[in-house]
Amino acid sequence: MELTLSILLGFMIIGAIFALHAKDLLSAIIAAGIVGYSLVICFLLLKAPDLAIVQIVVETITLIIMVAVILDSTREELKVKIDRRQIINISLALVFMLVLVFFFIQAISNLNPFGEHTLRMASAYVGETAAKTGSANLVTGILFDFRGYDTLGEATILFTAALGVLTILRIKGRK
Amino acid sequence: MSIIVKKVAQLIAGLIFLYGIYIIVHGHLTPGGGFAGGALIAGAYILVILANGSDAIKLKKEEVGSSLSESVSILVVLMMAVAGFFIGAKVFFNNYLPTGKMGELISAGAIPLYNIFIGIEVAAALLTIFLALIIYKEEIEE
Repeated sequence: MELTLSILLGFMIIGAIFALHAKDLLSAIIAAGIVGYSLVICFLLLKAPDLAIVQIVVETITLIIMVAVILDSTREELKVKIDRRQIINISLALVFMLVLVFFFIQAISNLNPFGEHTLRMASAYVGETAAKTGSANLVTGILFDFRGYDTLGEATILFTAALGVLTILRIKGRK
Repeated sequence: MSIIVKKVAQLIAGLIFLYGIYIIVHGHLTPGGGFAGGALIAGAYILVILANGSDAIKLKKEEVGSSLSESVSILVVLMMAVAGFFIGAKVFFNNYLPTGKMGELISAGAIPLYNIFIGIEVAAALLTIFLALIIYKEEIEE
């Protein structure tokens, strides 16, 4: 299974790099869709159907919205010239990337093997959720009972996103 | 859009809507829940609007219905969390309703109610964002 996941992750990286370098914005968006739909297959392989359903629906809707926006505006990318300030930015980003990779390798050498966990709360949740909440789907039982604040936060993020879009694109009071 | 696209969207959108409701209502029994079902319901609306245009289903320029239902449903979720504080143990999101028999449609206490209102909230929020990008377009060009 790790081989399949590695091939999928390779496809995702290729799609993301193509999305950055494509001349046409429409093909860039379709290449960005490769990342999302490969993630759906990864979730299914890792036995997380709840996440896979949410990811496939949200990915489709965001792709449709972005394609609608692209077809209404322009398909050409803005031309950016490389001057001295951008060279400084790029070199800073490279240095930061190297530092991040160094600490990531340090941290990853102390982790458990893939698929094994030692979290005490996780085993308590898996053992007692069904008896305490009466919910046959353990994920929903955890999300709406033990982790209620998480769910409220996610709903608030969506509410705030809609509020922000309405504020930026409002009709009245726009000068 | 051509007549084929319009007819297919007309036939499919109702099924997508019903499937979204099924995913929401069975959220505590099968994989899925409020988020997935709400996104499916928003997808059904978006399909109809993209196929027929905003004139066909009589959308006004300042659409208040979706943003109103979004605000009301997140308020209801907050009210239910606060109600758990006053009934029984003093914690938010207290599951105060009887849990019932596991595996039946009406069971698991307040979890199905949270699922339904989160589903309405997600559907209305995604639809609001889509409508804002589609309907307000003419104003920007002026």
